[in-house]
Amino acid sequence: MDGMLFQLFVYLCAAVIAVPIAKRLGLGSVLGYLIAGIVIGPALGLVGSETSEIQHFAELGVVMMLFLIGLELDPSTLWAMRTRLLGMGGLQVTLSAALIALAALTLGADWRLALAVGLIFSLSSTAIVMQTLTEKGLTSTQGGRSSFSVLLFQDIALVPLLAVLPLLASPELMLIDAEALVHAPEATDADTLVHAAELSLVAGLPGWAHGLVVLGAIASVLLGGHFLSRPLLRFVAESRLREIFTAAVLLLVVAIALLMTLVDLSPALGTFIAGVILANSEFRHELESDIEPFKGLLLGLFFITVGAGIDFEILFGDFTTVLGLTIGVIFLKGCILFGLARLFRLKTTDRWLFTLGLAQAGEFGFVLLNFSLSNSVIAAADAKLLSLVVALSMLLTPALFVIYDRLIQPHRSGVEPTDADEIDEQGPVIIAGIGRFGQIVNRLLIASGIRTVVLDHEAAQIETQHRFGIKSFFGDATRPDLLRAAGIEEAQLLIVAIDDRDRAVQLVEYVKRRYPSVKVLARAFDVNHLYLLRKAGADVALREVFDASLRLGAEALKQLGMHPFKVEKMARAFRRHDEAGLDQLYELWDEHPDVAKNRALLARAREHRETLAALMETDRLQLHDRTERGWTPPPKGAQE
Amino acid sequence: MSLEPQRTDTPRQHDWIRPILVLYAHPSPDRSEVNRHLAEAAGRTPGVTLLDLYGEYPDYGIDVDREQARLLEHEVIIFLHPLYWYSTPAILKEWQDLVLEHGFAYGTEGTALHGKLFFSALTAGGPELAYRAEGFHHFSIRELLNPLEQTAHLCGMVYLPPFALFSARTALEEGRLDRHIQEWSDLLKALRDDRLDISRAQKLPKLNGELANLIRKE
Repeated sequence: MDGMLFQLFVYLCAAVIAVPIAKRLGLGSVLGYLIAGIVIGPALGLVGSETSEIQHFAELGVVMMLFLIGLELDPSTLWAMRTRLLGMGGLQVTLSAALIALAALTLGADWRLALAVGLIFSLSSTAIVMQTLTEKGLTSTQGGRSSFSVLLFQDIALVPLLAVLPLLASPELMLIDAEALVHAPEATDADTLVHAAELSLVAGLPGWAHGLVVLGAIASVLLGGHFLSRPLLRFVAESRLREIFTAAVLLLVVAIALLMTLVDLSPALGTFIAGVILANSEFRHELESDIEPFKGLLLGLFFITVGAGIDFEILFGDFTTVLGLTIGVIFLKGCILFGLARLFRLKTTDRWLFTLGLAQAGEFGFVLLNFSLSNSVIAAADAKLLSLVVALSMLLTPALFVIYDRLIQPHRSGVEPTDADEIDEQGPVIIAGIGRFGQIVNRLLIASGIRTVVLDHEAAQIETQHRFGIKSFFGDATRPDLLRAAGIEEAQLLIVAIDDRDRAVQLVEYVKRRYPSVKVLARAFDVNHLYLLRKAGADVALREVFDASLRLGAEALKQLGMHPFKVEKMARAFRRHDEAGLDQLYELWDEHPDVAKNRALLARAREHRETLAALMETDRLQLHDRTERGWTPPPKGAQE
Repeated sequence: MSLEPQRTDTPRQHDWIRPILVLYAHPSPDRSEVNRHLAEAAGRTPGVTLLDLYGEYPDYGIDVDREQARLLEHEVIIFLHPLYWYSTPAILKEWQDLVLEHGFAYGTEGTALHGKLFFSALTAGGPELAYRAEGFHHFSIRELLNPLEQTAHLCGMVYLPPFALFSARTALEEGRLDRHIQEWSDLLKALRDDRLDISRAQKLPKLNGELANLIRKE
């Protein structure tokens, strides 16, 4: 217990000190974690051999990151990426592997070893790259998206790689390993992530059975994710215990990771698939905000272990070789990447982002090196040396990003998403979206002395607002963490005036479910959107052009000479009739509106239109029943 | 159809001895059979400013400053309206509530309306006989308008009895309308030119009926 607390203390202490400093120096959090690891590991010797165990555990951070990435990508988006995913990713892996293998051959390696090394080094670090891109707000740039496609392909490629590597075992090593095994059965410290547990569902199975089990596992993730997870989460959510919901989400991720591990698949890939499946679910925001802190901490821990695992003895003992190999790998990969970026016509800045970002070897390198070691593909000394190269290349990546930041980024043209502002203001009313609609709402509220917090995802809008002295913040209002930062927990009202109709509905739905005490007022684009918002729980939803249209109609009547007060009454009657109709039709409306097929709705709509027409036509005598009640004179000749 | 709402920038009325402001309130002017014609007649009379309150403020958003300024420009203030529940239509009550502000119309500083003439020109559905102690409505029309009378006193205005048309629902059919409009027109001109016997008029139960005796010839 004491030992564990001490470990925890050392790791946390290192992170808390090193990361903010690195961030302040503009080096990014990843480099901060790596340096923290080096300080507590090889430099001060505070942590020792247990780092590799912790590293396996911390790889869950990578798994969670892929889950979160999956949540951001619904299946249709993923499908739209297919060219980049297969084309860029496939070419990157095969060409890098070939080039590095060739280089290894010229350095005198056996062809089997050369090929294995090429394949291992072709992979990049999803953890570092995605973390850094997110931190810098570059994920949605062309370069960021291309990088993500390649990384995703690499994750998928891990599956066949694990199958291919054992075939490259060198006969001599097999002999030596077999002898070593006889003398010291526990000597091979090869419990890699994929072999984390001794448990395996596929060990010793014939090929066809292996394939079936793997397919079954993937199918169970797909089907379970689609059919089981939502009822489960709904059931748990109804308990209204936040920590149990978090536990359920963690359980989901861990269970998938375990299942994938049992069938020798990449757990990251499994959770990614689960994420994609849940991307359209109503729990998306909650899953995101619940997993996010775990992902962040575990990923940080992972980076620390990478830093701590650097073997300084080998490094300094053979400094030139290690450095030479590292730079060689980065250079070769960089060349391939740059060529691909040209081939796929990335813009100059994006090309450099892509090239510098993905040139390192990745955390899967450790996994594959250990796996190769245990499969007699590579000798122990070589494995140690190459692990060091992987670690060093990862360590250099933040430096490459710094080069990108300092030298290339400044030349980026056009408007780019900037980092979300830090929100220091909490107000009783949150206005999401400060376009033409939100502005008027906000001005009225401010004029009435109400404090508002304004959120918009368009930096230009925010700048305009700042110029007029209106306090507003940059950020996507549909992000749970941003909403929380804006004070949704204390807010009385949320006004949804964002331009994206689907996201508006999602936002309403999320806030009403998560913060039922917050009243939500939403701008609807049309009747269907109004109904969607109402169904999502909006307390008030108004059609955006209805009032202006009605007023213009009223002005037209006035211009035609109708008495203004009569016009006022007509407009009121019209509004009341229209709103009553909306309520009636809502009862018949259903969410998947192939409106043409909803006969009841159509019939009622027609009926409603007819009553309006009748109302309008018989105006002279009957409209006053609606418009002039109380101002109608008593009938002629009626005596009191 | 409807009356043109009076321009905001009222033409200056100072050329007349007693410029007149007619505050006209009818929520359905196109159904009106009497008031509309009275309003039109007032609008045609030089020296009279006609304000259609429902037309000017269909949403009841009365501009207090503008209406107070308008009051200052006139010496005679007349409410022109049908009698609703022994009182004015709603917008005239709103007008009183908003425009007759403390410090403007009443209170130690509120002397803006002192000495101005005020009365109500109204139309009532019931016959005149019903408006007395033993009648259907139990009170005379002047008694029923006591709140207006007291309001005028509080504002330092000179209160005149109402100019009232009874059995207004049948006036058109019975051919009483033209005479009423003529009397209305005569009354406005006499007030404007200071030819009305104010002290005598003040004591009457209503202005019309004895009008010929009240008005001095030109």
